[in-house]
Parts: sequence; C-alpha cells; structure tokens
Amino acid sequence: MAKKVLKQLIINRDWCKGCGICVKFCPRQVLELDGKDKSVCMRPEACICCMMCELRCPDLAIEIIIGQGGQEEDE
Amino acid sequence: MAVQDLLRQRFFPHMWCPGCGHGTVLNSLLRAVLELGLSKNEIVMTSGIGCSARISGYVDFHSLHTLHGRALAFATGVKLSKPELTLLVPMGDGDALAIGGNHFIHAARRNIDITAIVMNNRIYGMTGGQFSPLSGIGVKATTAPYSTIDNNFDVVELATAAGATFVARSTTYHARECTELIKKAILHKGFSVVEILSQCPTHFGRKNREGDAGQMLENYKKITAKRGSKALEENPGLIGRGIFVEKEKPEYCQEYEKTIALAMKGAGR
Ligand SMILES: Cc1ncc(C[n+]2csc(CCOP(=O)(O)OP(=O)(O)O)c2C)c(N)n1
Ligand code: SF4
Ligand code: SF4
Ligand code: SF4
Repeated sequence: MAKKVLKQLIINRDWCKGCGICVKFCPRQVLELDGKDKSVCMRPEACICCMMCELRCPDLAIEIIIGQGGQEEDE
Repeated sequence: MAVQDLLRQRFFPHMWCPGCGHGTVLNSLLRAVLELGLSKNEIVMTSGIGCSARISGYVDFHSLHTLHGRALAFATGVKLSKPELTLLVPMGDGDALAIGGNHFIHAARRNIDITAIVMNNRIYGMTGGQFSPLSGIGVKATTAPYSTIDNNFDVVELATAAGATFVARSTTYHARECTELIKKAILHKGFSVVEILSQCPTHFGRKNREGDAGQMLENYKKITAKRGSKALEENPGLIGRGIFVEKEKPEYCQEYEKTIALAMKGAGR
C-alpha cells in the first residue's frame, strides 16, 4: 500500500473558534494558531495524515485531503 | 459525500463554545452515519433541551427539537409509528438522567430500537453550570459552591440494569472510537446507549480548575482505559471504555407488530 501523503489541508476560518485542540494533539506539530486565534497549517510536509485533527475538531472546520505517495499526478 | 454534506451549513458556525465537546460528538456521529451509508431520509433525530440538545438543529436529517427530558418519549412515538426509520437521540446528562431519567429507564426496559447518546459533561451547561446526577461527589457547581455531596449515576450500570441491550462508553478524546461505537449502536436491534464524556470548558472546566478544552481532553486520556486492557486491570479506579453489553432480546416494535396481528385476527375480543 502506498504511503499516505497530504494533498490538501483545508481549514474553514469562518468556523474555527481557536480552541487549539488540533494544535495540541497533532503528533507532528503541523498546525499553529495565528494572531487571530485561527488554526493554520504551518508544516504540511510533516503531516502523516492521521486525520485526528479533523476527527476531533469540535467545529468541523478541518478537512484533510489525502493523495497517493510517490505519484506526481493529481487524482 | 462528505461530513459537511450531512450538516445544515446555514447554521454554522454553531452556537457551542470554543472547545465544547458536543461539537466533537456531532463530528463522530456524522462520520458513523456516513460510514454506514445511511440515507438522510431514513434518519430521525430527536432532542430535548440543553446545549447538547441543539445538535438536532445542525444535522440535515429529519429532526425534532422537543422538551427538556422528553427526547426519548418523542423518539418512541416516531419509532412505533414508523419502525423502518433509524432513531438517533443525543441527550445531555441532565436531559437524559435528571428530568429525563424515567423516560431513559423505561425506553431501556422496553428494548425499543433507538440509539441514545449521552453527551456527559457532568453539568448543566446551558443554564450556567448547576450540578447534575452525573457530576458525582466533590464537584464545584453554581448550585454547589462548597462542592457536591451527591453520588452520581453510572450511566453504563444504570442502562444495563434497566435492560438496554447495547451499552458502550467513550470520550471525545477518543473520537475514532466514538464513531465505531455509534456505528455498532445504530446497527444493533434494540435499545442502545453510548455514553460519551464530553468537556464543558466554560462551566465544568472553569469551576473545577480542569483547564482549557485541550487539558480536559488530556484528562480523559488519563482517567480512562479500554475494557480488557492491562491498564484497566491494574488500575480499577480508571473509567472503562468500550462495549459493556451487546445481547439479543425481543425488540419492542417487533413485539408490538405481533400484538397488532393478533388484534387484526380478532383474538382477545
Ligand atoms: C421543563 C424544563 N425544566 C428546566 C429547564 C431549564 N433547563 C434548560 S437546559 C437544562 C439542563 C441542561 O443540562 P444538560 O441536559 O446536561 O445539557 P448541557 O447543556 O450540559 O449540554 C435545564 C435545567 C427547561 N428548559 N425545561
Ligand atoms: S480544533 Fe477546530 S476549532 Fe479548534 S482550533 Fe483547530 S480547527 Fe479551530
Ligand atoms: S492529519 Fe494528523 S499529522 Fe496531519 S495535521 Fe492532522 S493531526 Fe497533524
Ligand atoms: S456552556 Fe458548556 S456545554 Fe454549553 S456550549 Fe459552552 S462548553 Fe458546551
């Protein structure tokens, strides 16, 4: 099975309330809160696509879109 | 289809406070519905009153936002009249086990095919932080400034004793586990109860110095352990997670069908 790679990490800034849950529990410190207390993806290359930020977000503000590893083309 | 397609997006961002666990319960529940491939049209969600009860306004299913404590009574009516529908009933701890406690035990006793989800934040969130029958001893609340002296119900034990045929527990920290348990609860034929420990940072957290939402989640990880795990065996003080009851028993609507058939034959006259 090909390794999961992050294609896109979408954060809905209108829905995010800056609770910091996604930031605190990301195993790779991919996310940070910005000056407006909104979650932002700072290190997409480190994401292991565990999905936990998306599954725990109380505001349904995160969407992880996974691509296939080792392939350049878009799905 | 994505989770967002199961929402009434026009009501977002939702009304829950930043970091409120109820949003994560909604998140886990929608994923369960998505993964089971249920159609929106075959689902009815009924809810009572409370922060938790606002959940029925956010889902794009059939929904009834009813009276405090009465979500299961309405769900029973819907299910009996249309047994082919899937009934989901999320409730707060006060809604389910204070004012609604009687409906809860009797729905369990009948074993009617309804999925009850207790969103347990151990406090009345909506009305400003009064203690509930699930707060337990030593909790600070607006109605217990010197801390509570009341014992709490154990939802799992209560549901089991009352006759629920599927009983499970998890927390909002364990979001993926919640989805798996809710899926099983929905598929189970009979009264299913899933208790989800859900943080209220605004009232419970603040009054009990449990920190912010992240710290409250960290605590759920610390104070719980999976059923059958070594950790739980070695630390009986931990709260168990997983499935506690899963058994077959005649389901109420099916039994009622038989009564209808009897009546139609003229028996009992
Ligand atoms: C018949 C009736 N009694 C009391 C109330 C006031 N009331 C509204 S919500 C609530 C309790 C909410 O607590 P819970 O059910 O635990 O849900 P939460 O808000 O914590 O999610 C109460 C007592 C009411 N709305 N109706
Ligand atoms: S968990 Fe959700 S609401 Fe909280 S900071 Fe992250 S994206 Fe925002
Ligand atoms: S998917 Fe996992 S690794 Fe990637 S940002 Fe979310 S929590 Fe971090
Ligand atoms: S008061 Fe508590 S339960 Fe109600 S929305 Fe806020 S955090 Fe959630």
